[in-house]
Amino acid sequence: MSTRRVFLRNSSLAMVGVGSAPVWLQRALYASDSPARKKVLVAIFQRGAADGLNVVVPHGEKAYYSLRPTIAIPRPSTASDKREDAALDLDGFFGLHPSLAPLKPLYDQRHLAIVDAAGSPDPTRSHFDAQDYMESGTPGRKATSDGWMNRALPKVQGKVSPVRAISLGPVLPRAMRGDEPAIALQSIDGFQVRNAEAAHQFEEMYSHAKDPLLRATGRETFEAVSMLQSIRNQPYTPAAGANYPRGRFGESLRQIAQLIKSDVGVEMAFADIGGWDHHVNELGARASEGQLANLLREYGQALSAFWTDMGDRMQDVVVVTMSEFGRTARENGNRGTDHGHANSMFLMGGAVKGGKVYGHWPGLEKEQLYEGRDLALTTDFRDVLGELVARHTGTPSLKGVFPGYDPKFLGLV
Amino acid sequence: MCNRVVMGWVSVLCLAALPGISAYATKKSASDARQFFKQLPYDLRIQQALNRLTFGPRPGDAQQVKAIGLKKWIDRQLHPDEIFENPVLETKLRTLDTLRMSASQMVRNYPTPQTVRQMVQGQIPFPEDPDRRMMIQKLIAKTEAKKGQGDGAADNTPEAMPLRDLVGQETARALRAGTPQQRLDAFQSLPKDKQDEVLAALGPGPRQALFTAAPPDLRRRIEMANGPQQVVARDLMEGKMLRAIYSNRQLAEVLDDFWFNHFNVFLDKGADRYYITAYERDAIRSHVLGKFHDLLEATAKSPAMLFYLDNWQSVGPDAPQARGRKNSRGLNENYGRELLELHTLGVDGGYTQKDVTEAARCFTGWTINQPQRGGSFFFNGRLHDNGEKTVLGVKIPAGGGESDGEKVLDIVARHPSTAHFLSRKLAQRFVADDPPASLVDRMAATFLKTDGDLRAVMQTMLASKEFWSDGAYRSKLKSPFEMVASAVRALNGDVDFAFPLVNQVAQLGQPLYRKQEPTGYSNSSKEWLNSGGLLARMNFALQVADNRVPGVRVDAAKAAKPDDPVAGIALGSPEFQKR
Repeated sequence: MSTRRVFLRNSSLAMVGVGSAPVWLQRALYASDSPARKKVLVAIFQRGAADGLNVVVPHGEKAYYSLRPTIAIPRPSTASDKREDAALDLDGFFGLHPSLAPLKPLYDQRHLAIVDAAGSPDPTRSHFDAQDYMESGTPGRKATSDGWMNRALPKVQGKVSPVRAISLGPVLPRAMRGDEPAIALQSIDGFQVRNAEAAHQFEEMYSHAKDPLLRATGRETFEAVSMLQSIRNQPYTPAAGANYPRGRFGESLRQIAQLIKSDVGVEMAFADIGGWDHHVNELGARASEGQLANLLREYGQALSAFWTDMGDRMQDVVVVTMSEFGRTARENGNRGTDHGHANSMFLMGGAVKGGKVYGHWPGLEKEQLYEGRDLALTTDFRDVLGELVARHTGTPSLKGVFPGYDPKFLGLV
Repeated sequence: MCNRVVMGWVSVLCLAALPGISAYATKKSASDARQFFKQLPYDLRIQQALNRLTFGPRPGDAQQVKAIGLKKWIDRQLHPDEIFENPVLETKLRTLDTLRMSASQMVRNYPTPQTVRQMVQGQIPFPEDPDRRMMIQKLIAKTEAKKGQGDGAADNTPEAMPLRDLVGQETARALRAGTPQQRLDAFQSLPKDKQDEVLAALGPGPRQALFTAAPPDLRRRIEMANGPQQVVARDLMEGKMLRAIYSNRQLAEVLDDFWFNHFNVFLDKGADRYYITAYERDAIRSHVLGKFHDLLEATAKSPAMLFYLDNWQSVGPDAPQARGRKNSRGLNENYGRELLELHTLGVDGGYTQKDVTEAARCFTGWTINQPQRGGSFFFNGRLHDNGEKTVLGVKIPAGGGESDGEKVLDIVARHPSTAHFLSRKLAQRFVADDPPASLVDRMAATFLKTDGDLRAVMQTMLASKEFWSDGAYRSKLKSPFEMVASAVRALNGDVDFAFPLVNQVAQLGQPLYRKQEPTGYSNSSKEWLNSGGLLARMNFALQVADNRVPGVRVDAAKAAKPDDPVAGIALGSPEFQKR
């Protein structure tokens, strides 16, 4: 893999001297590639297996309440003393967890769609394997060395932006690894060498590094550093009073918004939010309190702030969320849930045909459950991602993106 | 031009990968098995040993190994108890007193606000140490005073008196805006009974500035003012960093890092804040060269692991306590699954969902006596599922009680899948990202033959052609922790306090004791190869070589000029990122 990657990197570097060209010129060069603004796909990973049944609540399903005597989200209610803890009705059968109230208007305005009973068909209940499969885009296949987002980047002749694929966080996620350049950054401001002379020497040394992977990463890094030079140290104020929640996830989305709006050529972005592995005390004394409620509040507020901040740029953007698997339909012995199977996915964007819960509901009666314990899977996550890659990102052939699988589109965009 | 200077530094920093010997550094594809047969010359073998079995060579280490003889040096490292520990390290660790405490002692001596409240209510005794007791009583007095003002008192941090009411204008100015030495002088000129109040009044910023100049005992008091419960986590992290840099028992420290990560627990999960110190000290470090079964059992019975993977709350569905009670607790699979997947067999080790559930049933009743007070492991028969179980085809008869879980440990600790899984993981850490299968097989055979003797497994690895091969040499990217520790060692840095180094490791992407997932951090080089991480390494390299990381002093800074930071460049170079 490494040699192919290096070869590709070298050929794309035929763009002489980009590393030292003024930033405005670089930007003009990249921008001139295509007259239209680039489409952007933002993927969010909820690490730890979010409890989809308490996020998108099947309040019309009787079995849901019998399986979860102490941690079910109450049915929608208009009573003033119950409203705060009750599911927010979507379509008479499903409802959102009350902490996701900031997303409800987006659903009502048809900018938010949900796909339920979706996920990876692989039976594993290992966090690590399941995340790996979902990010590689090849469930059940461990030998895949790259990720679906990297493979989904449109193949273009000539110059590509060094920040076309960015991930917020300390490590480059599996989904973004591969032949195309992809950048991991913790913050835009920290993305530089704070000594100009040293920066030159490092750039020089890394361009001659003996290790091909270090050489390629070094080169990508310095190209991206120079690309981001102009927007670094500029104060950024989110538009329209968008209010990102404190914490890493809100900060990640805020910086993704800033990067997209700066027109530096972002096409794929990735952020993750951990802490969903609620084996114990998933809810507090009330549905609107406790671990899941707090995490969903942060999650919903961040997505809603991103929407507000992006404004009409959301015409070009689709945000899609996923988690490695769902959790047991029945609550466990500690007011929590163990590792399960199918889950829900969210899609948000101007082009998304929202206001609808997609997918086929398999039911929660004993014989309908997967292996007698988990929500069964009726939509492969690659159907959702495949449609976005093909119709939104504009990579017409999905063969290379999801090898060995032929995604069936649901009409989401 | 400057490149030559830098390469000079690179060689000073014991990096043998110079252009002159690049024949050994030009890597073909790592999967090319032939590389693992091409043997290194003696001098590079010494480099290889220092790169893999220590946290990086210090100046003079290679000569010392040569003088002792490589074989003998390795043998010593494999018997850490016989190595005389570095007295410098022992002095530096002395102030970090939580490292020698039990969890329950820590809970009392470094209490959370909730624990302080329980002390007031008489539920928990005050600490025995008179100074500690006084400190906590002061804390209470302030909380009470605040309550008296009737402002809700939901916030447990006592309101500090403003600085201007405590000291004169001149002293206040020195404390707030002086040089570190001026701040220290001003502080030490205060009467002793006023000092703690002044610390509280200073606020975090000026406190930190005072910290950099303070002697160890004053630092301790500053940390206490920042919040007693934070001291525990700080000691833990600083201790790890100091041992990596200073310990003479380097291989033991490397193995401690490896096995802690293998049996990962997360510092920020509730009671684990107080449990991890003893866990690492008593369950992990003392077993890294012993029998795997002992290591596994020590983790299985540690409150740290029982709490982290929720087993302490797992109750058999038909256990005496569960029967007849509404909303009673029940089975929790978390530990049972991670035991099989991560600690022993590996995800492809041949177990089923049924095995997970059955193993979880065996461990019901393995719980903790009062986790919020730092209590220890105990078996509670009232929570145990006493029925018959079958784990990995082995029948465990009904009525076994505590021994059910022990039987599961016996089965998995000696399982061929475990031997293979652990051997591969060790080889991945010590030999190469994709270690040759033949080596892994030999290590696994030793594991099975010796009943899981981890020292014997290491010996097999260290006697192998593969370990001493061209394919292994400098093929691994350092983890952030390895990078930071090795940089300080390479510059022979003097570490006064290590917390800023710990923060740097987090900046580089590996917050210590804070990997939330039970997988631990990845063993693979690729994990750490990304642009943000690379830039953070370069920035750290420049800072540490220029004496801009607080608490660390290096001589290299004297030689450096701001426009040509040679040592920093060498530490940030591609060569230095490898081991």
